[in-house]
This record gives sequence, C-alpha cells and structure tokens, in this order.
Amino acid sequence: MQERKPRFTSLSGFDTNRVYTHSDLKDWSPDEELGAPGQFPYTRGVYPTMYRGRLWTMRQFAGFGSSEDTNRRFKYLLQHGQNGLSVAFDMPTLMGIDADASPAHGEIGHCGVSISSLDDMERLFEDIPLDQVTTSMTINGPAAVIFAMYLAVAEKRGIRLERLDGTLQNDILKEYIAQKEWLYPPEPSLRLMTDTIAYCSEHVPKWHPVSISGYHIREAGSTAVQELAFTLYDGLTYVEAAVKAGLPVDRFAPQLSFFFNAHNDLFEEIAKFRAARRLWAREMTRRYRPGDPRSAQLRCHAQTAGCSLTAQQPMNNVVRTAIQALAAVLGGAQSLHTNSMDETLALPTEDAVKLALRTQQIIAQESEVANSVDPLGGSYYVETLTNRLEEAALDYFRRLDDMGGMVQAIERGFPQREILDASQRYQRELERKERIIVGVNEYVESAERPIPILKIGQEVEREQVARLSDLRKCRDSFKMAGAVEALQEATACGENVMPYLIDAVKAKATLGEICTALKEVLGTYREPVVL
Amino acid sequence: MAIASVPLRILIGKVGLDGHDRGVKLIARALRDAGLEVIYTGLHQTPEQVVNTAIQEDVDAIGLSILSGAHNTLFRRVLELLKEQEAGDIVLFGGGIIPDEDATALTADGVKVLFGPGRPIQEIVTFVKGLKPHG
Repeated sequence: MQERKPRFTSLSGFDTNRVYTHSDLKDWSPDEELGAPGQFPYTRGVYPTMYRGRLWTMRQFAGFGSSEDTNRRFKYLLQHGQNGLSVAFDMPTLMGIDADASPAHGEIGHCGVSISSLDDMERLFEDIPLDQVTTSMTINGPAAVIFAMYLAVAEKRGIRLERLDGTLQNDILKEYIAQKEWLYPPEPSLRLMTDTIAYCSEHVPKWHPVSISGYHIREAGSTAVQELAFTLYDGLTYVEAAVKAGLPVDRFAPQLSFFFNAHNDLFEEIAKFRAARRLWAREMTRRYRPGDPRSAQLRCHAQTAGCSLTAQQPMNNVVRTAIQALAAVLGGAQSLHTNSMDETLALPTEDAVKLALRTQQIIAQESEVANSVDPLGGSYYVETLTNRLEEAALDYFRRLDDMGGMVQAIERGFPQREILDASQRYQRELERKERIIVGVNEYVESAERPIPILKIGQEVEREQVARLSDLRKCRDSFKMAGAVEALQEATACGENVMPYLIDAVKAKATLGEICTALKEVLGTYREPVVL
Repeated sequence: MAIASVPLRILIGKVGLDGHDRGVKLIARALRDAGLEVIYTGLHQTPEQVVNTAIQEDVDAIGLSILSGAHNTLFRRVLELLKEQEAGDIVLFGGGIIPDEDATALTADGVKVLFGPGRPIQEIVTFVKGLKPHG
C-alpha cells in the first residue's frame, strides 16, 4: 500500500519501520536490559516508585538584569508553585568578566543576571532560605568562583554548608564542544572541576558539583545519539580525573548529575533518557566496580529544546514545549525546565514563564502520566530505539577511545565537526521540506501579530558599573590583594583552590579579578576553528 | 568581464561574548559552497577586531551574528568604526535573537539587513550574491 513518504526517519536519522514486533527484540532479555525500577541497569528509572513517590522538581531557569530584578523573579516563581531555583547568568558573568570591563559593554543583564561580586550574590538570594530551597547554577568557566560566592553567602547567614543542596553546572568539556564559554585550557579546567568535586565530597555533601550536560551539545545541532555519546563520555572523563586525583569513586559519583535536552521526536527522546541510564550504569560498573549502587545511577535534569522554538507564530511554541516536556517525564527525568513561548525573541516575560510552568503542572496533575513507572517499558518500538541509541553511543565511545580521550578529540575538532555536520544535514532537510516546521516552512502566515516581550533597560548597566566602582573604593584593598595572591600560589602548587576562593570573594575580590588572576597561572585557550 | 570573475569577499563573524555559533557556521559554509570567499573570524570578536580584519582582508561585506542581546551596542559600534576608518562602503548585515523594534532601528541606522531565526539560508545566500563589490 502506498505510504506518505518513501522513507520515514527519526529526528536523528534512524530509519523507522512501519511497525515493530517481537521479532525486533529477538535476543532481548527484559531482566538484563530493563530490571525493575530502581534496580540495575536502571533503564526504567533510578527510583522504585519514581513519580508515585515524588513528582519531578519543576525548576525554571531564570535570570536577567540586576540581582534585585532576578531576586524578584525567583520569588514570583516560588509563589506560583515552582520548587527549585535555577540561576541564569549574563554573558560577562559566564565569561568571568566584570560588569565594568570594556568587553562587557552592552551585555549587562541581557541574557541573565549580572554578578560581579559577593555583594551581588547576597542581593540575588535576599530573603530566600538557602537551607530550604535547592539552587542550580548554570555556570562553567568561572564555576568555582561563583560557587565560592554562594558558599560565602551561606556562611555569612550562619547556614552550615552540609545543609546546602543544589547543582553547579561546572561541565567544562561541553564548553569546548558546544557552548564555547571557556576561560582556561581543558586540562587546568578539569583540575578546577576536580577541586570542586573533592571540596563538595568533604564539606558540602548534598551538593551536586557537576551537571554533565548534553543540552548545549544538542542545541548546537547534534543528533540525539551525539548528545548521548558525548555527554556520557564527558562524564566518564570527569570520573577518571577525580579517581586519578585520589578520590574513591563512591565518595563522589553518587553526587554526579546529568542534564539532557528534550527535543521534538517524542519516542526517540524517551528512548534517549532510558538508554542514558542503562549505558551509564553499565559503563560505571564495568570500569570502576563501585560498592555503592548510587554511583552507577544516572539522575538528570531536562530542559525542552530552545532551538526547536520558532520566532514565527510564537504561540505554537507552547504546544512544542508541552510535547517535549512529556518526553522528559515519560523518560523519567528528576527535574525539568520548560521554555517559554517568547524565548526566540528575548528573555521570557512573567506571563510567558508562568504558562511554561503551568504546562508542567498540567502534565503532572491532569494527564495521569505520572501514575505508573516507565509506562513505555516493553514497547517494541521504544525498546528497539533504546537499544539502537545505546549501540550508536558505544560506537562513538570506541572512536573517542581511539583518539586518546575527549580532550584530545576536542583538540582535533572531532565532536565539534560531527555536530556541525549534523546541524547542516538538518538544515538541508528543512530547506528541502523533508522535515516540516509549522509556521516556518509550511503553514506560513505573512502577517503576524507581535507578542509582548521583556526589555532590559540601559540603567542596569549604569547601576552595575557604579556599584563596582563603589565596591573597589570601600574594600580593604590590601586584604583583597593578599587573598588573590594566596589563591594564585595555591593554584600554582596544586592545592585545592576552594578555600582560597572563598577567602578571596569574602575579601571582595571581584569575579573578573579572580578569573584574571587564575588565567595568569592556568593560561588561556583559543579554539581550533572548525568550519 | 574581469570584475565578474572575482568572487565577493565576505567576513562572517561572532561579535561580543556569546558562543552560539551554530547558525553563523552554517551560513559561512553555505556562502563558501555558493562560491564566495568567506573569512570566518571565530568567536568573541570585538567590534574593533572585526573592522580591522574587514579592512585588512578588503572584504565587500560583513555579516555578524549576535544571540546575547547586545546587538544594539555592538552593531552600532561596528557602523561607527567603519565610518571612522572611511570604510562605510563595506556592507554590514547580521542576524540573531533581535526583536523587531530593535531591528527596525538598526536598519535605519545603517545595518543593511538583519535575518531573524527561521529564515532560509538560501535567502541569505541570494542576498549576499546580489551585493556589489565595494570601492
């Protein structure tokens, strides 16, 4: 019988059969490939009860303007039923640059909150009980410095560090691969990351010192397979670095967390989450033989795909986001961010972000999908996809092993080129209308009604610059310089930098001053241009 | 005849601090595949670096991508520097996450055209191929 297309493919390019049957799972053993929820290899989920025990954490990524602006947005989100915070920093902060430095001009507060000093960090979390919320911070190059600021705020309020719970993204390898916000070369960056892992394991045991992220790899144009493979391989690289630094695997591996994209292809995405858990459990067990089962459990946050949203007919983005969020939930994510419909135009307005949060609440409370654990387990199609994703990721693992590891692969431009090629293939498919994006290459409307968007005023930049100038005048500059010097010495000697960073931020050294001082010791990086 | 055989030289780059280079690289590849000479600057360029490279490389046009929200400051700074260097005949175009209101104001100030998200790459290639060699 005639079909609509000669060939049906998943978003990542897998051929899709008309129907899947038991013959697709011939040698497949449910005991080996699935296990029960909460049991090895965790394909069905890391907890026995999953969302029946507790729903996922609804965690909207937020940040813009000054620390006061973002503090108000945090309180708004908490008021409307969100239960975890997630900080978006602006570009200068992400690059370790002070608000008053010339490269920061025009960028202050535009795609996140501007944080240059401990004072900014205190204002950001004013009246928010740090021992009662969990906070996720999306920061990588300067992660250790921003973390030191957070710890210093907690100390100042008399909150014991062992009570703090949250996540530091701190995933530096994906910066070289995809997001491109690095400060130092890969090896010294890995060392800083290992320092934060070691420090947390001793002093901040509930904290997740790294969130190993596929999100940005996917946004940069990768396939689901590349996202899965490069992310898990990055994770194994971090484990190896920490083990080499002398940390027993069970001391830190249970606190590792992951962060994946939830894209448009519903079943492929669900399979990706399931394959990620199984692959991580198997690789961790095979390589490190951990005693604590939690060391092999992959817990993850998910965010719907920003790159799937369209500037054309932006209301359609609400629907896209709902489907993607459903994929993350059916895939068993531990926390979720849903994008707002206006994010291809600007940072989200209050109304748009509330609608995005409500989308999660509707899935959680009205759809009844959270009633049964891994409801698609055993589906011929989903299990076949899970197998294929795992096999294809293992294939990448072997290629990366052959290159000598991820750092070497990055220096050769390998993951960067694979992603760029995939994004070009996808773009060509769109331009040939082999894939349809509603409102973009089909069902196009010539006249569109504009929607309200959030604007960041120039006063944010003026205010931040003035504040920094005051801070520089009022601090004890002798004490500040001493703390920065001690930090540089400790960095050069290979000591754990965290205590020195905490001292430096308390002495009111700014983010930019600290990062510049560290660059003097650790060096800088220029990427190989891959085109 | 001789003029027609010289391909246009285009500088494609990322100004400012954001590292979102998916779009800009696809465009650089597409222009290269269409037979243009593409000079790709890589990431994190300042307006000064962009304008200096453009003059040194004797390009006919500059295409810049900005997804960080700093477009108002950075595009205007590039225009200003081009004028200062008496290179105002180099066409400036761009793309990124740029609200309509800002795009209208920037084109009024001299940015030739801004391509928003979702625009077909072929449209950008056609636009660039239609440009005249400068000077």
